[in-house]
Amino acid sequence: MTTETTPVPSAPASAEPEMLTGSGAIIRTLELLGVTDVFGIPGGAVIPLYDELMTQTKIRHILVRHEQGAGHAAEGYASATGRVGVAIATSGPGATNLVTAIADAYMDSVPLLAITGQVFSTSMGTDAFQEADIIGITMPITKHSFLARRAEEIPAAIASAYHIASTGRPGPVLVDITKDAQQNLAPFIWPPKLDLPGYRPIVKAHGKQVQAAAQLLLAAKKPVLYVGGGVIRAHASPELLELAESTGAPVVTTLMARGAFPDSHPQHLGMPGMHGTVPAVLALQESDLIISLGARFDDRVTGKISEFAPTAKIVHVDVDPAEISKIRMADVPIVGDAKDVIADLILAYADAAKGAAPDSIVPDTAEWWTYLRGLKEEFPLGFTEPTDGLLAPQYVIQRIGELTGPEAVYAAGVGQHQMWAAQFIKYERPNSWLNSGGAGTMGYSVPAAMGAKVAEPDRVVWSIDGDGCFQMTNQELATCTINKIPIKVAIINNSSLGMVRQWQSLFYDGRHSFTDLNTGHGTAMVPDFVKMADAYGALGIRVTSKDQVDDAIKLALATNDRPVVIDFIVSPGAMVWPMVPQGVSNSFVQYAKDHAPTWEEE
Amino acid sequence: MTSHVLSLLVEDKPGLLTRVAGLFARRGFNIESLAVGHSEIPGLSRITILVDVDDVPLEQVTKQLNKLINVIKIVELDVAQSVQREHLLIKVKVDNTTRSQVLEAVNLFRARVVDVATDAVVIEVTGDSGKTQALLRVLEPFGIRELAQSGLLAIGRGSKSITERVFKN
Repeated sequence: MTTETTPVPSAPASAEPEMLTGSGAIIRTLELLGVTDVFGIPGGAVIPLYDELMTQTKIRHILVRHEQGAGHAAEGYASATGRVGVAIATSGPGATNLVTAIADAYMDSVPLLAITGQVFSTSMGTDAFQEADIIGITMPITKHSFLARRAEEIPAAIASAYHIASTGRPGPVLVDITKDAQQNLAPFIWPPKLDLPGYRPIVKAHGKQVQAAAQLLLAAKKPVLYVGGGVIRAHASPELLELAESTGAPVVTTLMARGAFPDSHPQHLGMPGMHGTVPAVLALQESDLIISLGARFDDRVTGKISEFAPTAKIVHVDVDPAEISKIRMADVPIVGDAKDVIADLILAYADAAKGAAPDSIVPDTAEWWTYLRGLKEEFPLGFTEPTDGLLAPQYVIQRIGELTGPEAVYAAGVGQHQMWAAQFIKYERPNSWLNSGGAGTMGYSVPAAMGAKVAEPDRVVWSIDGDGCFQMTNQELATCTINKIPIKVAIINNSSLGMVRQWQSLFYDGRHSFTDLNTGHGTAMVPDFVKMADAYGALGIRVTSKDQVDDAIKLALATNDRPVVIDFIVSPGAMVWPMVPQGVSNSFVQYAKDHAPTWEEE
Repeated sequence: MTSHVLSLLVEDKPGLLTRVAGLFARRGFNIESLAVGHSEIPGLSRITILVDVDDVPLEQVTKQLNKLINVIKIVELDVAQSVQREHLLIKVKVDNTTRSQVLEAVNLFRARVVDVATDAVVIEVTGDSGKTQALLRVLEPFGIRELAQSGLLAIGRGSKSITERVFKN
């Protein structure tokens, strides 16, 4: 969420504007906006653009193997840095292959600029070869979109798209550019005028509302800071730390917010939600004041909404007014950027505390903390060794985190391994945890890790993936090998679509309908992931027992001349705990199978 | 559920109507009627939407519409504080025995006959939905052969304009 309202002009002033082709204008515009890396794959409708890309040196183009890979790579790039990620695809199927990544970026508020080629403007609407109405198709999943039919329109379209994608609540913006617009010449005028009268994101919150929130916080006996992904998008972690420490309130970080607040901090209760920690789930549920910061009361967090946190007052801070009171009515709605609002709230709280009796502030939450500390002690995150003698997936993931450390970036796929990676890796900094939270896109991990590694080449980047997810987008290993992007992939290979299998085990009488993938222990192992890694020019390692785990991870960490794929053969029986079954109140959180904690209720 | 009249000031851009209509469909809100046309400012259009929702979802509709980049302003027009009109063209079957009764109804409702044939007349009527619905009920027994209806149009009473404060900055 940058605060610039217009792109910074840096072109030399001259009397006659330079004539550029539309393609040249695309590249020049991206360059002037500060874009240094793009992910894409050429096709008929973007050949003119690729022709110009070939001769320039300022922008690094990474040739992916599938457009979905370009989209997720751009997402990973953006999520690891906060910068706008850029993906390029051709018309028709190229553009539709981007759709999943665009939907993903929309759900998780990722600043993504998607540039698609379109057929000649004269052929549009005629069902021309490789024509698809990509603007129409993506309308429900983009923050906005632009169609450029003429070369003259390109700089303003891209600059506007970039501005919209990166400000307010970030999100994906698509620019569809016809082939003739790419080919034709037009004067290049910079900066272009951004004509967006209907776009005015609110950054600074209403002072009175912030004061009301501070008063509630001061009076609360059971406050919780409910931290969502918005805090990461707003780069508000330093402010959050200060707010937490000055108020002494417990903190929970959602799946999208892992890393926004250090896991090592004593006030951190962990992740709330369906697979959250018992203290985090019950803290929200039994709270008398929830300060929601950049979170959106997702059903995976609230459980049955009508029974969610029945005694809590809600202060809801969000940059998007439509999120406030969408799911749960807010007592104090605050529209604004999390960074600004939290900073204001710190001051307002200090002001309010001055007026209160000096010794009456901290002890107010003492009882609450006693209860929460008790929960933390009684219900720590943990796992039991599988009974089939195979590796515990949680152990593998935990060791990856411990041996690699918090400076790395971890990108997960979707499913059991994603939950374990959210639980058992300790995150200490924002942007270190990348995942597909809202959309739940299997196949996100490998390309997202690739994008993150391009953005931050000095960091170790792990893709924590499942055997199911990996088979959806592993073609990008070729991209990684060829372009020297040495990511490390840990396949948590339980030979099945594990999360679906878990639900089948728990809620469908163990009827494992079409969830066996035959990639793991005791199966045909198709494909053989180690051979596959080898075929892609990556280092492939297979791990089947506990004593091999550390050595494999250390070898992966020491190998930086190519990608690494570790095939961890783990137990298919392992389940994600704790769990709040779907459709019930969070009060029914189960610590492990058939084991619910006692909770405070009348 | 209650009906609400929303007046939207929007940029006149390609696909704008799809964005607005698509949003209603996708969020599960029902449009009862829709009228689109130019506003008094070049480049800006005005959309009048009649929507049937409760107050809380209405707030969600308004907020979601506001997020559309091309939507500049939204106001809800209260029945008492605004003028609201529908426009109908009604083709009614007539013969020598019924023609005079139909014309009488037209006069009573201050409607107009805009086309006459031996066996039918086309009637034009404007008014609020109470009036237009009443006329339709009266004409029903004669046989309505065809009906074309505009969306509801609405404008606030008094001298204020929806565009007034939009471009001050």
